[in-house]
Amino acid sequence: MTFRAQHLLGIERLSPVEITELLDLADQYVDLNRRDVKHSEVLAGLTQINMFFENSTRTQASFELAGKRLGADVMNMAMQASSVKKGETLIDTALTLNAMHPDLLVVRHPQSGAVDLLAQKVNCAVLNAGDGKHEHPTQALLDALTIRRAKGRLHRLSIAICGDIAHSRVARSNILLLGKMENRVRLVGPATLMPSGIAEFGVEVFEDMREGLADVDVVMMLRLQRERMDGGFIPSEREYYHRYGLDSEKLSCAKEDAIVMHPGPMNRGVEIDGTLADDINRSVIQEQVEMGVAVRMAAMELLVKARRAAPREVMA
Amino acid sequence: MSLYLHNARLIDPEAGTDEIGALRIEGDKIHREAVPQGSDEQIDCGGKCLAPGIVDLGVKVCEPGERHKESFRTAGLAAARGGVTTIVTRPDTIPCVDTPETLEFALRRGSEVAPVRIAQMSTLTKAREGREMVEMGFLKDAGAVAFTDGDNVVTDTKVLSRAMTYARSLEALVMGHPQEPVMSAGAAVTSGKFASLRGLPAVSPMAERIGLERDLALVEMTGVAYHADQITTAAALPALARAKQAGLNVTAGVSIHHLTLNSLDVGEYRTFFKVKPPLRDEDDRVAIVEAVAAGLIDVICSMHTPQDEESKRLPFEEAASGAVGLETLLPAAMRLYHAGALDLPQLWRAMALNPATRLGLPGGRLSDGAPSDLVLFDPDAPFVLDRWSLASKSKNTPFDGQRLQGRVLRTFVAGQEVYAHNA
Repeated sequence: MTFRAQHLLGIERLSPVEITELLDLADQYVDLNRRDVKHSEVLAGLTQINMFFENSTRTQASFELAGKRLGADVMNMAMQASSVKKGETLIDTALTLNAMHPDLLVVRHPQSGAVDLLAQKVNCAVLNAGDGKHEHPTQALLDALTIRRAKGRLHRLSIAICGDIAHSRVARSNILLLGKMENRVRLVGPATLMPSGIAEFGVEVFEDMREGLADVDVVMMLRLQRERMDGGFIPSEREYYHRYGLDSEKLSCAKEDAIVMHPGPMNRGVEIDGTLADDINRSVIQEQVEMGVAVRMAAMELLVKARRAAPREVMA
Repeated sequence: MSLYLHNARLIDPEAGTDEIGALRIEGDKIHREAVPQGSDEQIDCGGKCLAPGIVDLGVKVCEPGERHKESFRTAGLAAARGGVTTIVTRPDTIPCVDTPETLEFALRRGSEVAPVRIAQMSTLTKAREGREMVEMGFLKDAGAVAFTDGDNVVTDTKVLSRAMTYARSLEALVMGHPQEPVMSAGAAVTSGKFASLRGLPAVSPMAERIGLERDLALVEMTGVAYHADQITTAAALPALARAKQAGLNVTAGVSIHHLTLNSLDVGEYRTFFKVKPPLRDEDDRVAIVEAVAAGLIDVICSMHTPQDEESKRLPFEEAASGAVGLETLLPAAMRLYHAGALDLPQLWRAMALNPATRLGLPGGRLSDGAPSDLVLFDPDAPFVLDRWSLASKSKNTPFDGQRLQGRVLRTFVAGQEVYAHNA
């Protein structure tokens, strides 16, 4: 076993070998999840706590299902309604939960780096379910698995990530992962939605969507994150849709067998044409959701095994 | 009491010299004649450096209001241990120093409990709200050495131009924080690849130039004496150079952190490296060091900003900005010396002579008759900094665990020894 990471905080610290190992295991869980009896005992007796400091439906459900299918005891904490409101700091919350001896903590937080901070204070495996504008590693991994299954490989592909790159942790994790696996990554979007320093990312940047999509194998759309915007990034949603919304006409610039992806939830008619999103010949959006559960099962199993293999840490 | 200090490397920022010599301290004055008098206590400095005490422009003491973070006593102790003989305090306390009464309180507290000299700045506008100017005349009479709203940039240019005009008529110094406040609102780091990878809210370095250009236009308009607290980006330097060439009464400073650290030091969200303005890229750091060497930037300060543990043990965005620096200013500055970027007279011009001159204080000199505020230090002595060993109440130093060189051996204020290192 080569997977040695003690936490899954981001793609940045994973090696290509670890990524491949995780995806290989996730492939097996896809098969399990398609059976009638979807149950394993890999995490039996272990406790998984989902702490979501930011609203989430699909990610939280996916992690919950992943834990339950592996036999873990899963608890969901709605952090917005809890002691955080009473002024407890993140670290105190973490220490409190840590005292209950969880084995896996799944954390989403609106601030970049908050999950890293929390991971320093607990002695169990922490999975980052999205922190601010930093990373969303399981999303990138499920995207990678979806691409690998659709394209038969995860290298030397040309992949366009389109839309609101600046506010997207999904984009950051995907840029890192796809780069590590030696793909050509293109970023497509208006200059106002590109993060600073983008020229140093080792990617190609396109402001014209048709040019950006020319001959790509994968079109990855991002949600326009209206809730993260503090004003004035785009003139209007209709102009955005006109220039950067994915429709079949713009998609025709890509390879004929190019697949369309979206991390969800979608803004139909803002970044993607609704009909196209539902086109089972092009869109793999539903597969992405399916892969999500499998990837999270694999991630949790590997983290638990890596912890068991590592010398026991002493809590400071 | 009189002392004869001999066999010392005298660092004279006025003369620009660094040579072995001797001097006498009689009472609160320096005497440069190199002969001991009969009653002198003689100190062999062992070839170590003897320099004017540091004048640290822009120290946050947290008193009144937040004495759990720092007090005049602990700040004074930290200063003495760091070779800082004059603390020029910032007025951004709670409540802020915006009346002659609060100013007198701060000065009295300082003189009672701090072993070093205290010079106090006042806010420029009442409650730092940027609406009405403070009673500048009264405050100046009470001892305010400069007027500044700190990092609360006065956005209303009409208010600022009036305050500057009024300050000019009083020959008072206005200190600005060159930063376009809307652009930099909420920013935790400098924009660029690192900021984007970490997903942190970032500000373009251009916000500093925009802020500076605006302030300089107002200086040109009003004729006020103006000091930019921190210039940290290469993009702002041409504007500063033009203003100086045009003969405007302008000086600029920079914190030691911006001269010795860069944006990548934040690493994995280390909040002790969160300062205001944020740490810059290496290119900027190098350009600013060169600007200090060229004399374009006049002042190096610690920007001492104590923050308690709780305000730093937070996600990076939420964590408070600022770092303590009184005790680490000198050893950190030695990094620049050992790197060959600045020699010791250049450093002491920026850390002692220039700030004293700018504020109209007599210190910062080794000349005959100058105040006997001195620091004796070993520029080479190596050590690893343990933040818990600092005298400040707050331990938020970015140099924790780092190897530093440069140890203060003795500090004198007005001829009295206020610190001696026990080897």
